[in-house]
Amino acid sequence: MAQVDRAVSPPHRLGFLRTLRTDAWWFEPAAIGIGLSVFLGYLTVSAFLDGWAYEIGPYLTPVFEPKLAGSFDAWYFSPALLILWVPVGFRATCYYYRRAYYRSYLLSPPGCAVGDAGKKYSGESTFPLVMQNLHRFFMYAALVFVVLLWIGAIRSFYNTESIIDGVAVETGWGIGLGSIVLVINATLLMMYSFSCHSFRHLVGGGSSCFSCSAVSRARKRIWDRVSAWNESHRTWAWASLIWIVFTDVYIRLVANGHITDPNTWGGF
Amino acid sequence: MAEIETHEYDVVVIGAGGAGLRAAIEASALGARTALVCKSLLGKAHTVMAEGGIAAAMGNVYAEDNWQVHFRDTMRGGKMLGNCRMAQIHAQEAPARVHELESWGALFDRTDDGRIQQRAFGGHRYDRLAHVGDRTGLEMIRTLQQHAVQEGIDVYMECTISRLLKDGDRISGAVGYWRESGEYVAFKAKAVVLATGGTGKAFRINSNSWEYTGDGHSLAYWAGAELIDMEFIQFHPTGMVWPPSVRGILVTEGVRGDGGTLTNSDGKRFMFGYISDYFRAETAETEEEADRWYDDKLNNRRTPDLLPRDEVARAIVAEVKAGRGSPHGGVFLDIASRRPADYIKRALPSMYHQFKQLADVDITAAAMEVGPTMHYTMGGVRVEPDTGAATVPGLFAAGECAGGMHGANRLGGNSLSDLLVFGRRAGIGAAEYALGLGSPPALADADVASVTTEMDANFGSDGDENPYTIQSDLQDAMHTLVGIIRTGPEIEEALGKIADLKGRAAKASVTGSKAYNPGWHLAMDLRSLLTVSEAIARSAAERTESRGGHTRDDYQETDPEWGKWNLSLSQNADGSMKLEKTPLLEIPADLAALIEEAG
Amino acid sequence: MTQADTSHLEPGTSRTVTLRVFRGDASGGEFVDYTVEMDEGQVVLDVLHTVQATQAGDLAVRWNCKAGKCGSCSAEVNGKPCLMCMTRMNTLDVSKPISVTPIKTFPLIKDLVTDVSFNYEGAKQIPAFAPRAPDAADGSYRMMQQDIERGQEFRKCIECFLCQDVCHVIRDHPENKPNFLGPRQFVRLAELEMHPLDTADRTEFIREAGGIAYCNITKCCTEVCPESIHITDNAIIPLKERVVDKYYDPFRWIFGKLTGRD
Repeated sequence: MAQVDRAVSPPHRLGFLRTLRTDAWWFEPAAIGIGLSVFLGYLTVSAFLDGWAYEIGPYLTPVFEPKLAGSFDAWYFSPALLILWVPVGFRATCYYYRRAYYRSYLLSPPGCAVGDAGKKYSGESTFPLVMQNLHRFFMYAALVFVVLLWIGAIRSFYNTESIIDGVAVETGWGIGLGSIVLVINATLLMMYSFSCHSFRHLVGGGSSCFSCSAVSRARKRIWDRVSAWNESHRTWAWASLIWIVFTDVYIRLVANGHITDPNTWGGF
Repeated sequence: MAEIETHEYDVVVIGAGGAGLRAAIEASALGARTALVCKSLLGKAHTVMAEGGIAAAMGNVYAEDNWQVHFRDTMRGGKMLGNCRMAQIHAQEAPARVHELESWGALFDRTDDGRIQQRAFGGHRYDRLAHVGDRTGLEMIRTLQQHAVQEGIDVYMECTISRLLKDGDRISGAVGYWRESGEYVAFKAKAVVLATGGTGKAFRINSNSWEYTGDGHSLAYWAGAELIDMEFIQFHPTGMVWPPSVRGILVTEGVRGDGGTLTNSDGKRFMFGYISDYFRAETAETEEEADRWYDDKLNNRRTPDLLPRDEVARAIVAEVKAGRGSPHGGVFLDIASRRPADYIKRALPSMYHQFKQLADVDITAAAMEVGPTMHYTMGGVRVEPDTGAATVPGLFAAGECAGGMHGANRLGGNSLSDLLVFGRRAGIGAAEYALGLGSPPALADADVASVTTEMDANFGSDGDENPYTIQSDLQDAMHTLVGIIRTGPEIEEALGKIADLKGRAAKASVTGSKAYNPGWHLAMDLRSLLTVSEAIARSAAERTESRGGHTRDDYQETDPEWGKWNLSLSQNADGSMKLEKTPLLEIPADLAALIEEAG
Repeated sequence: MTQADTSHLEPGTSRTVTLRVFRGDASGGEFVDYTVEMDEGQVVLDVLHTVQATQAGDLAVRWNCKAGKCGSCSAEVNGKPCLMCMTRMNTLDVSKPISVTPIKTFPLIKDLVTDVSFNYEGAKQIPAFAPRAPDAADGSYRMMQQDIERGQEFRKCIECFLCQDVCHVIRDHPENKPNFLGPRQFVRLAELEMHPLDTADRTEFIREAGGIAYCNITKCCTEVCPESIHITDNAIIPLKERVVDKYYDPFRWIFGKLTGRD
């Protein structure tokens, strides 16, 4: 090619929100933006609402898991804030959520082949967005949370309190709708964590030889599994987000006596 | 005359497909200052469309395979008209060329023990084609491109060469134009390697890209070199036929290599009725044997679906003529009922994608409709087998624009290996010639000026002919009159039309500026298109027999006497075309013995 | 065996369509409407060829194979980056003019043709493939299929540069071009980094010259890839993770120092 410097202005050149696209490109970022606002907004509010009952019997809302309330009752803030940095950090630095909020909130870009916002752009190369590189550390912590949430889910099958809201209930092993809700919640959060890009890198993606040893062949099998999950990372991200909101709403409604949880213990 | 941009090199390679890239890499490695000049962007050449694989007797799947068997398959596939020395070099060197690609980064599909996987193809006795799914050409061109970039070879992209220049009787350079700007450019070169591919755009239904206008053939011919075997045109049996806009787009032979069969409107596997005596001994006679052959090639004979391409293409034409064709004038190619859907998607991803996207056909559920499409030019520049040297000193040719290697018909998979083997050899030939040349040849200003005047001619011409219409008329004439089945009177009619079109091409008018003007580019390409069309038609008229890619309805038999001759073309002093019978290279006894060892 | 239903592709349904094509060069340009007949089954490139052959012989457009294999005919149709040879007319609303414009990210040469040398210059900068010694005397290697599949996905790339075109890092911010190689080159770098024979380490290159941190993984490159390469998930994010391994992960760093692996 001849080496000539060319600066040109076709009609679709540059400009915020300018595009020749004729389809409803704005729909997806708008819907995602609204969805994120609603669900994350609710969770933010919920985390501060330690005054509104968030546990009953064997059920504890995952927003306050692990339960620190006992030891931190005197603490000025909601105890949820001591632990929330893990799921918040994990999701905030998640490769899927980054795509979602860069597009919907930062309009960088709002859609493909649609002019983006901002005169200068440095992506994730400068502070604060360079911090996105810490995603894997949140992932490590999130893996601990997967265990904690499963403990919570299993605990929800074992009632230790004999009187709840003034009503005598059975203790010991049992099952209620709340237990099922909590198991689904733990499952979705586990799948969200296990389909994480950093987790995929950790289990095998970082390796350049899969066939070299028995260990690497085993890693390849795990990596294949995680890769398949990873293709649905977005689905897991949304399912787990929506379900944690639902779980929190459900347990609070039960805990505050608005609805009754069907279960084998005969109460709440 | 104003000075035009001029570059000086030892070796200028024209064409950046597989052969051109390989030649440039070799010439540069030998220390020759090398330029690679190509009509399109780097990496877009027609090689990228090759699908099935690279034929090389590595013996990874069948240890029984070796160069001798490959040589025999190639010679027999070419109906014994090929140059035996070229076929020998090709069969012997192809494995090393494939391994070399791997050391440059290519990732071929693997066998279970980690070697290069090989697939079955038409006319090849054993599974022989190294491949990457059905996108082998892309793998090859990208590997060569990346290696050439790594070696720092100068590449002149979107630069078309119009004429070669000579100092006395030897090559002194080339003149052309930048497609982008329309500016002219000259290359002063000790040696020129032609690697420009074929002539497909002279035909209506073809599998070729726009670049295939016979440039190398014509440049060599105009420079005084000989062309041979121009009557042999390969019609690939399986091109898409529907919808019309995709007619001719290639459907890889790999579909049949991986289990697909050809059927007619009665649902019959008709190829069993078209086994010629020539291949009877090595072809399965029952569907059961043919089906067993896919898994056991040692104890079964090859399915007639994988007879050489000329045989299959003629059979399809006959079926359609007999009224047993598919709704759109082809036949059915069915892999859906023979292989599981996930296997098809894995082995033939681009075919799946191509049919889904362009024809709304899911090949894992329905049969494809296919018919013959002009695919390959067997004929080309006559070259010295070991060096790729043409009959003009300093001129070399490799790949599709060189002739001789494939005889009357090319086997699938032998093209990519041809590009590598003879691309490298032409690179060596050109570099050694250039580096050994005492005084560099001179590029005469007057010669350069005459070429630029010629390129200017279409510009501001007061004619009223549209170059697009002329090309379209030429394609119709060649396709209907010099196509897959030919007769003497029709070929004569075509020659008349070609003469007429030459007159019209001289009056082609071009609008707009010189900057990136496809109408102008086409007007210039018409000169080479018409030259090769005439060469094809003249040779086809002369050869009064049927053999390989040349089928005469008025001379249906293969004549042993004609099997001793090539047809050779060169330019007379008055610019007319001279046609001569030249004797075939005699096969040495040791090679002849290999061919005799049948079965 | 079933036969595909192609009845909707039958002829006799030809109709007119208007293409609103950008015509111009470095000095500026304008949209020109061309109304032509089109046949069923045609792609945008077919209709442009009709325009070329009948109304505008000098209309500049790059194309080669017309089968989605060479990646030459990249353009923006109704604002969407695509290969014109693979964009069927029946996927577009032909009741309105269809806009056809050159890919935006690269300097315009003429009409639909742009100067894509940025991509070729980028390719030159990448540290070369550096294979280990052959495994056998005949120069061949042993590689297992499972080790090459990641690389094979990346090598499907046909260099259409649509990913480069749609990437807002350089599309909307040309000033980033010197610091950012773009998705195509990350695909190439991922292929080299995951190549079983390669012995070089390009992590520093990926971070510094490659400018991978500029990518904010908004995935438009993946959306437009005609070869359906998972550019973001399989190439860019794994490369970002490898950069984190080397530059942002103290545990890895300490582990590497302790075990002598780096």
